[in-house]
Amino acid sequence: MSRFVPVVIVLTGIVVLWYGAAIALNAKWTYDQAERAGRSVGLAELVADTMAQERPVLPAPHQIAAVLWDSTAGQKVTSKKSLVYHGWVTMQATLTGFALGTLIGVAMAMGIVRYRVLDMSLMPWAIISQTVPIVAIAPMIVVLSNKIGLGEAVGMENRLVSKAIIAAYLSYFPVLVGMIKGLRSPEQAQLDLLTTYNATEAQAFRKLRLPASVPYLFASLKVAIAAALVGAIVGELPTGAIEGLGARMLVASQFGQPMMMWAALFAAAVLAGILILVVGQVQQVVDRRMGARP
Amino acid sequence: MSGNAWLAAAILFWIAAWAVNAAIARSSLARTRGARIVVPVLFGLAVLVLWEGLVRGFAIDTVILPAPSVIWATIRANLPTLWMDFVQTILKGGLSGYVIGCSAAVLAAILVDRVPFLEKGLLPIGNFVAALPIVGIAPVMVMWFGFGWQSKAAVVVVMVFFPVLVNAIAGLKASDRMQRDLMATWGADYRQTLFKLRLPAAMPFIFNGLKIATTLALIGAIVAEFFGSPTFGMGFRIQTAVGQLALPMVWAQIAVAAVAGSAFYGLVAFIERRVTFWHPSQRGRG
Repeated sequence: MSRFVPVVIVLTGIVVLWYGAAIALNAKWTYDQAERAGRSVGLAELVADTMAQERPVLPAPHQIAAVLWDSTAGQKVTSKKSLVYHGWVTMQATLTGFALGTLIGVAMAMGIVRYRVLDMSLMPWAIISQTVPIVAIAPMIVVLSNKIGLGEAVGMENRLVSKAIIAAYLSYFPVLVGMIKGLRSPEQAQLDLLTTYNATEAQAFRKLRLPASVPYLFASLKVAIAAALVGAIVGELPTGAIEGLGARMLVASQFGQPMMMWAALFAAAVLAGILILVVGQVQQVVDRRMGARP
Repeated sequence: MSGNAWLAAAILFWIAAWAVNAAIARSSLARTRGARIVVPVLFGLAVLVLWEGLVRGFAIDTVILPAPSVIWATIRANLPTLWMDFVQTILKGGLSGYVIGCSAAVLAAILVDRVPFLEKGLLPIGNFVAALPIVGIAPVMVMWFGFGWQSKAAVVVVMVFFPVLVNAIAGLKASDRMQRDLMATWGADYRQTLFKLRLPAAMPFIFNGLKIATTLALIGAIVAEFFGSPTFGMGFRIQTAVGQLALPMVWAQIAVAAVAGSAFYGLVAFIERRVTFWHPSQRGRG
């Protein structure tokens, strides 16, 4: 707990800085209004006004908190105004993409660890695939999956499918790298031991390589779920989506609603935090089941 | 050639390429440097040929998937446009933001490292923020800095800052006690220890962050354009081309983005090899 106090103090410092910045950045508008009305503003008035603007350059933290509260607890969950609803839409795409990406990552890792050819021919391209900015591909995937009706084929909404593919594209790589490391982590002596037991390759995989790779898998799953969320949000931008946190940001930016924008941004941050926490919890459960001692 | 001939030729080429790759991987050549280049290149080539063959063989509409040859023709016909978009998005938006963000992060890391209190408080927060979907800051930056490349650079600055910061702080810890004690016995002051020991020792970590940041920089620069841009730039062009169903143009942009992204990453990796030649992961690579 030695970290707790410094973290709280730094967080407080950030909030104080934020308030200061909010006053400084929003002051121009207040002064302009006052000048137009032909009166002057005192310091107290300035502070009060910069904290309560409807379209601030930088909203004060408590304004964001109020909007967040209003758009989560203040609305019905199914309402289009509810951030819970939009967060749910984004989370669906994130989790679908995450599952797909994990599956692809693990399968590719298994192939690459087993076959030398795959290692040599596929691995460089997997690395190159991550240097391609996925957003360039996002609109393409949307058009493609709309055109060939990919969504109907697998019984999902088209929009969800394209977002999920983008999320999967971003999340498979950390899993791939982590799993390759994990599957190769057993030492030669351990592999030799299994050979003396006359274990088949499948048995060696199930009883040695797979359990050995679990810690590596979870480390990369945490990275992958954060990446999947980025993919889902980015996937909503060029698709003309009207639902989801990314769409919310786009709409807010087009209609000049900064409060809505900030609320969506913070909702996305909260969602990321929750998802990472959940993966961490699952890891603890799995660790305990596998008999790991803390 | 007819459609079926194309299809057959493409599949034959695929099988042949795969057989060659498998043979190389099994042979004693597998560990040579040449094999490590030839095998993936052959694989990539086979994918392109298969793609071309499938598109021609099944007469797939360009609206769904243009053939590589069509994309190549589009690239050659639109070089000035592509260059203009490249300069706007990658050089002005991405690269300037990358340089500012990364240098700010390294400087911040040195500052944080000097003040243990800041490190205890800031590091967990930095770790958390690095995992957040920071792309979401794009609409805010566009609102603050306008439609020009400055807002894109600002998004990139924020996006690359935290991964580099976290890695740089970890790197500054990389020199061990013995080494620091040795510097102390030589009477080195803080500045000398920093520049002669701790920064060089931190380089593998810093470059790790810098490599992650290259991809983030391009993503940030392109995404920010979806929230408002002048009438050029890669993100803008992709969006409008998709609207017109001009898919070859979209693929041409993707190709440029892929080449630029790989080149950017390759450049950073090259500099890394020059700077951290002493590190075990870089040794024995010729």
